[in-house]
Amino acid sequence: MNAPSQFPRFSRRAILKGGALIVGFSLGGLHIEAFGQRLPSAPRVLDPKEVDAFLAVNADGTVTIFSGKVDLGQGLRISFRQIVAEELGVAIDKINLIEGDTALTPNQGRTSGSNGIQRGGMQLRQAAATARNALFLLAAQKLNVKPDEINLENGAMSPRAGGKGLTFADLVGGKRFDLKLDPKTPLKDPAYYTIVGKSLPRPDVPAKCTGKHVYIHDFSVPGMLHARVIRPPAIGAKLESVDESSVKDIAGVKVVRIKDFLAVVANEEWTAVRAARALKAQWSAWEGLPAQDKLIEALRSDPSITDQVLVTKGAPVASPPQDAKTLKASFFWPMQSHASLGPSCAVAYVREDSAAIWTASQGTHGNQETFARFLGLLKERVRLIYFEGSGCYGMNGHEDAAADAAIISRAVKRPVRVQWSREDELGWDPKGPPQLIDIAGTVGADGSIVDWQTQMWIPQTTKGLPSIPLLGPNAAGLDNVVGLNTGLISQNGDPPYGAEHVQVVVHWLKNAPLRPAPLRSPGKPANCFAVESFFDEMAAVIGADPVEMRLRGLKDPRGVELIKRVAAMMKWQTRPSPGPNKTAAIARGRGISYVHYKHDETYVAMGMEVVMERSSGRLKVERVFCAHDCGQIINPDGVRAQVEGCILQTISRVLMEEVKFDRSRVSSVDWASYPILRFSDAPKIEIDLIDRPTMPPLGAGEAACAAVGAAIANAIYDASGARVRTVPFTPERVKAALGGQSS
Amino acid sequence: MPSYNIKVNGLTRTVESLDPSQPLLYVLRGFGLTATKFGCGLGQCGACTVLVDRKAVRSCLLPISGVKGKSVTTLEGLSTTGKPHPLQAAFIKEQVPQCGYCTSGMIMSAAALLTEKRKPTESEVRSALDGNLCRCGTHVRVVRAVLAASGQGA
Ligand code: FES
Ligand code: FES
Repeated sequence: MNAPSQFPRFSRRAILKGGALIVGFSLGGLHIEAFGQRLPSAPRVLDPKEVDAFLAVNADGTVTIFSGKVDLGQGLRISFRQIVAEELGVAIDKINLIEGDTALTPNQGRTSGSNGIQRGGMQLRQAAATARNALFLLAAQKLNVKPDEINLENGAMSPRAGGKGLTFADLVGGKRFDLKLDPKTPLKDPAYYTIVGKSLPRPDVPAKCTGKHVYIHDFSVPGMLHARVIRPPAIGAKLESVDESSVKDIAGVKVVRIKDFLAVVANEEWTAVRAARALKAQWSAWEGLPAQDKLIEALRSDPSITDQVLVTKGAPVASPPQDAKTLKASFFWPMQSHASLGPSCAVAYVREDSAAIWTASQGTHGNQETFARFLGLLKERVRLIYFEGSGCYGMNGHEDAAADAAIISRAVKRPVRVQWSREDELGWDPKGPPQLIDIAGTVGADGSIVDWQTQMWIPQTTKGLPSIPLLGPNAAGLDNVVGLNTGLISQNGDPPYGAEHVQVVVHWLKNAPLRPAPLRSPGKPANCFAVESFFDEMAAVIGADPVEMRLRGLKDPRGVELIKRVAAMMKWQTRPSPGPNKTAAIARGRGISYVHYKHDETYVAMGMEVVMERSSGRLKVERVFCAHDCGQIINPDGVRAQVEGCILQTISRVLMEEVKFDRSRVSSVDWASYPILRFSDAPKIEIDLIDRPTMPPLGAGEAACAAVGAAIANAIYDASGARVRTVPFTPERVKAALGGQSS
Repeated sequence: MPSYNIKVNGLTRTVESLDPSQPLLYVLRGFGLTATKFGCGLGQCGACTVLVDRKAVRSCLLPISGVKGKSVTTLEGLSTTGKPHPLQAAFIKEQVPQCGYCTSGMIMSAAALLTEKRKPTESEVRSALDGNLCRCGTHVRVVRAVLAASGQGA
């Protein structure tokens, strides 16, 4: 098929309204030079309303993407290139990408909520479309033809009738567009896509496999010192005294103390490690944490609660049918760690009037304000530069490590690298918050939901926080952000299957036991675990097949298709749960769950097969089947990798993970006390991706996480008749559930 | 200052260290060989895995004094041909890494396995790598890549 001219037919006025194409430079703005990060000769446009904020055509014909969203291994480096190459009409290997640098990239918000493509990518697509149309107009003028008489191929524009053409570089190379992003610029028709929708390889992968990829952990600048921070033995402890003589035998160590902030600095990394271990300090006692075994009661009876009705649909049914069944259950999801494989690390150089911070933060722009605040510098004089770190799934210790480095650098007046220890990371990274969820409901004999009531006890999120409170500024008594950030943890608390009456009430807690932060798919793994488990309990109580009952209530055709696909993939046998062999010593079962993420994003249906040993309660997920519809797919293999990651990481969270703490501190601080999934636990995974090229692209980095918990719980019930309602599903809990105890 | 001669990726290097217990990991990273990663320092995660005399070893626990005269291979030195080693090529082809922080250790553990056994079964691959953790969830691809590198591609 011959693609039509990529210049859409619409009036010249409509294009020019978006701003005329004027090329040139304007000066102004303030920049901080940072080692090895050369700034363009003229200051960058950073206003995300401007095309120049996102794209530059360089003099050599290459194109640079400036992205406020960052790649943490989830593949934006290739998918952003695909989006821009497709929309702008240049070859993909002509495109460079600069990520998350407050001096160079526009503020597109944190890379979070699985919205990298959905929001960030769509801004880029719009910028590229706006730029392309402007280029068509400019070329038309110069070539003296109509815009729709021009062919565009790989950044070269030539008259359809033949003759000499012009390249993007000829037209705007090295210059600005000076053009507003025009949300009305028509986008390329997906029917003619040749780049979007292909599994192109991720550009960072070869370097990651050969050891050439430079992580923040590997980054260094001239004159850089190595530091370690010594955290207190209890979360709220105060530093009473430091015995510097305890490190006098280790040559070249400097101790930095600012109020309760304590660190050691050395030329060599190993020297800093040894000094941190040897340094003797006296801390005050503190026992302000709740007792872990009373946590659920503590959440339920927290005096600070404010209630909010999140959802009400329909009216309570005055007299439910006689054969309707009423049930209720309580579900709990514990605090969990990001458990990044590499402990957080950062480099900072703070000078009198400016600071450069190299960080793996998913929110360099948002943190600019936070860092300026505690450093007492102008926001414009603080430059945060993204460097990839060990995978983070929301907000681990990256920002804290960066603040540590900044505080120490200011004290020693040298560039400083801070590397956290394993104990620091599991002990002090901000945690996914605890979630307590009660559900009560009534189901008719025909499988219709008569009544559904969800109540949640969860920590609140403070509105408008630029970041979360950071450990270093807190300890050093510096101006800090105050509040909580948990992410959007209250969504998906109601069933997607229709009900005569639904109510979701949130009891917001003013505080969280441990400092919270968004953790991959914030809140939704717990909410969907509760909702989709409870729906299965309803199916069981009326003897209905779990797939049939879902299909009966679900009206959204995209969801219906997914459930049918998963049922077909796993050769689902229509029958109620539990299965016939529920008393077998080694029991096998199947379970299904479904989520329409946030009720308006990606659709996921998930099937799981588990095997369990009755005597020990030991459990293994053997096979996973997932059907996934995230609208238009930019890079199928990239989506597949994300879905695999969602599934494996969440199986780990569901089967194994719970932050342990005593009254003073987190006690699960290594991989023995905070185990995560291993190769021997990893199931076989089959993924069916549904591409909808004409629909908007939706996120793929989170949605599948939400469907994991219930699919496993429902499979356990199918195998054994035991219902597990508390995460993690440890052998002890499974055994207790087998014994009929509520668990 | 005490000094130690070790062979790293085929080159003899002299390490000077006041502390004989300094782990090999810090020595390697100090040389600029940063493919080898710090993950726990406790021997629990495998991110720091290197080959010492062709066996997979956790470099975070191995004191420099114990490496004297031995031959160390890191991810940077795995290939001696100028082209990616077959394991690296398979990891690239299967697009294994997400963040990739665990990848170096995974490849080095797999390299030791393939030296011992040219065609391991899937369950042998899984058990050889069971001490290598990955938080991003690349396990399925790692297994596929190791099998492919041993000529057992699916
Ligand atoms: S860093 Fe050596 S095993 Fe974790
Ligand atoms: S790819 Fe991120 S830890 Fe394995």
